[in-house]
Amino acid sequence: MATLTPDVTAAVDASPAPRGGIWSWITTTDHKKIGILYGVTSIFFFLVGGIEALFIRLQLATPNGEVLSADAYNQLFTMHATTMVFLVVMPLAAAFANYFLPLLIGARDVAFPRMNAFSYWFFLAGGIFLTVSFFVGGAPDGGWFGYAPLSTQVGEMVRMDYWALGLLVLGVASIASSVNFITTVLTMRAPGMTLMRMPVFVWMIFVISFLLLFSLPMVTVGLFQVWTDRNLGTLFFDAAGGGDPVLWQHLFWLFGHPEVYVLILPAMGIVSEVLPTFARKPLFGRSFVIFSGIAIGFMGFGVWAHHMFTSGLGPVAEAAFALTTMFIAVPTGVKIFNWLGTIWGGSLRLATPALFSLGFIFLFVIGGLSGVTHSIVPADSQQHDSYYVVAHFHYVLFGGAIFGIFAGIYYWFPKVTGRMMSERLGMWNFWLMFIGMNLTFAPMHVLGLNGMPRRTYRYAEGLGLDLWNLVATVGSFVLAFGVLVFLINAIRSWRRGPEAGPDPWDGRTLEWTTSSPPPVHNFDEIPVVEHEDDFWHRKYATDEEGYAVRVATDDAAAESTGPPEDLHLPSPSFYPALSGLGVLIALLGVVYVPWGLLATAVGGAIMVWGLFGWSLESLVREEH
Amino acid sequence: MAETAHPHPTPRDYWLIALVLAVITAAEVAVAYIDVEAVVVPLLIVMAAAKLFLVVAWFMHLRFESKTYRRLFYIGLASAPVLFGAVLFTFGVLIGS
Amino acid sequence: MSTDLATPPPATPEAVGHHDVADQRKVAMWAFLGSEVLFFGALITTFLLYRNDVGDGPGAADVFDIPFTSVSSFILLMSSLTMVLAHHSSMRRDWRQMRIWLLATALLGSVFLAGQVFEFTEFVHKGLTVSTSPFGSSFFVLTGFHGAHVAVGVLMLLATYFISVSGRFKAEEGMNVEIVGLYWHFVDIVWIVIFTIVYLLQV
Repeated sequence: MATLTPDVTAAVDASPAPRGGIWSWITTTDHKKIGILYGVTSIFFFLVGGIEALFIRLQLATPNGEVLSADAYNQLFTMHATTMVFLVVMPLAAAFANYFLPLLIGARDVAFPRMNAFSYWFFLAGGIFLTVSFFVGGAPDGGWFGYAPLSTQVGEMVRMDYWALGLLVLGVASIASSVNFITTVLTMRAPGMTLMRMPVFVWMIFVISFLLLFSLPMVTVGLFQVWTDRNLGTLFFDAAGGGDPVLWQHLFWLFGHPEVYVLILPAMGIVSEVLPTFARKPLFGRSFVIFSGIAIGFMGFGVWAHHMFTSGLGPVAEAAFALTTMFIAVPTGVKIFNWLGTIWGGSLRLATPALFSLGFIFLFVIGGLSGVTHSIVPADSQQHDSYYVVAHFHYVLFGGAIFGIFAGIYYWFPKVTGRMMSERLGMWNFWLMFIGMNLTFAPMHVLGLNGMPRRTYRYAEGLGLDLWNLVATVGSFVLAFGVLVFLINAIRSWRRGPEAGPDPWDGRTLEWTTSSPPPVHNFDEIPVVEHEDDFWHRKYATDEEGYAVRVATDDAAAESTGPPEDLHLPSPSFYPALSGLGVLIALLGVVYVPWGLLATAVGGAIMVWGLFGWSLESLVREEH
Repeated sequence: MAETAHPHPTPRDYWLIALVLAVITAAEVAVAYIDVEAVVVPLLIVMAAAKLFLVVAWFMHLRFESKTYRRLFYIGLASAPVLFGAVLFTFGVLIGS
Repeated sequence: MSTDLATPPPATPEAVGHHDVADQRKVAMWAFLGSEVLFFGALITTFLLYRNDVGDGPGAADVFDIPFTSVSSFILLMSSLTMVLAHHSSMRRDWRQMRIWLLATALLGSVFLAGQVFEFTEFVHKGLTVSTSPFGSSFFVLTGFHGAHVAVGVLMLLATYFISVSGRFKAEEGMNVEIVGLYWHFVDIVWIVIFTIVYLLQV
């Protein structure tokens, strides 16, 4: 680990960033603190979404369940999905991207630190806004996909207004992040870090930033149209008035399908970092893994209507989308084989991050296989709206995205906190989650093929659905217990886990050259990069038989090779948080118009104050 | 902000382009009153595309800029007709008819 | 990067550890504009789907006043000229000229907006509102969003003008004007497409 030179110390001390306290978190523009904010907030919502799921499973444990009314059930399954997709998996990926993208490319921060903070505060505003709905008359209850005309039904309930407006705000946060990350990757890589030398995780974040940038606009339009149909009398999705509800489906899924790749690619990126580290071998076919990620992103825009096979698209469209859906399995398969190739012939250390990565591969393949069965239109017509689909997407989203994210948590926890997590508790965590997950979702394949429909709050006796529903409910509690073990592990380790040091895993990438946690300025001197997996190559050379031979100590290898430079840290700012507060108040006002107009005006004014303050501040205080 | 060496348009160039844009607009309006749909539609589309190109290439300077900016914009510009064309196709609506 | 505001940021992004601030904001704006293409594309697609869905209300031929809209289109087009002239002045560091052209652009944009407001009220009087028909809904939402974008642009132009007047931020102004300019031209391009597809091709 490089030592702090007097120049660096002076520059860091001179920066006006407050060292601690709540105000330092509210005004932070440091990507690492923002990453932690995203991470902690997401874990909180993970628990909320999980509890919502447990209620669903309690209701479905037995036939004619009486735990929940139909109305409560609709709210819970809608919010479970909305929470998990938008308030958990996406921001967890954002947490890792925020914290590690600059470190992985040898930069000190992202391109626009205050916009980075702005994304977080808008995300938090959206999350609070969505959750508040539970307490003021009911949460959104029209499904996370908000199909019209159910979502556009005007009633006394404003629930779907919460949904539409909440998602709009979350979309703004994501677009800002995407622009930020794209600019960072294109303009802030360390010298010598060509695009192909970037770690695979960085590539995946780069790809999903484009996915979000180009898919969010469509759902934004759709959400506005839902909102205006509900509140201004427009007729976009009103069949009686000449509108067409299928238009909503197109607009939603044009976003919704790229969105599922947004959910999975970061986890794939994490696994692509973890496996080589623990197999002590470079990623097999690295450039193929990168190109496959790009291909998945690109092709992900061509498959959306496979969510609409039962909406009357016509044979030409259905055949076309069936083909594109089958084709997208190819780059995904390439990745799987490359991960397997990485493990093969390596000496795999089965620490918790590696376990979760292996679990990821196994579970994601199962989910991918059921997904491919959906690509066959006649088969899908039977599977659609049944529990078979629920099984499919939980395998890819829980077994895939969540397991991959947990691999990332265990992998990078030492770097973020400076402490190691308990391996023993990690094993328990993994196995409980793995067994629980399979117990919960494997039976759903059977339930679906036996005809159990989605989104119905109860099923009758004598349909043959009793046993597997009970098993699934038991499984969900095993899973929940596994999450509890994780929480215990995380909290105990954060407080008094053993010290990690800078490079506990003998890592390959640049973040392991810094202290744990890294200093506020990341690197004393920006590294000059000569290889992919540059840190590994500074530590090891290969002998004639291809084995790695240690050539440098950790400290020596972590010494920066770059020339010294002026150090400027972005100043903290409270304007991004102010804008977030403003938008939250404004949104609440919009829902309760007309008497909420005052709140809208006040909130809008606060938000504009925040935005103006931000843009005027840049020219004076920030020394980028 | 220093520009790499390339011919930078002068104000005279900009006025000229503005004149061309105005002429094309006038032509567009005139064409719109022709009754032959098969002629009007492609003509109008071509003229709108020409105006779009002039503004993007010269006013927005894209012609003289690094490839990165072009790619960022063109990804959006290229995917829109493809994606939305597919959507309209499923509704039985062909673009421009 | 030096804290001397009169010195422009370094030109080459390859300079170790330095990034070209100018390039960063342009990358961001172009990425954002790429996204906006799809945003307006979705709105235009909705319009194309519903353009003949007039229900009991008036259709395009009944309400559109092509000569009027042609004039306001011309005005918006000319605002792109004044915008690029403002940018050109800022590159020559002629701040006074730049401010004049910025004001001219804001003025032309505001005239365009006034024209839109007038046009919309006329349409409402003729019986076309957001809730009359899907045609009405999609027309007003599409052009309404465009108008909102123009309004935001006018605000940004005025903000840039006032920042310049305050005299505090001269070195950064060139890039501010260029970034605002990119946004402004884009909004103009969207109108080029809307004018053709929504107005001219419907009558």
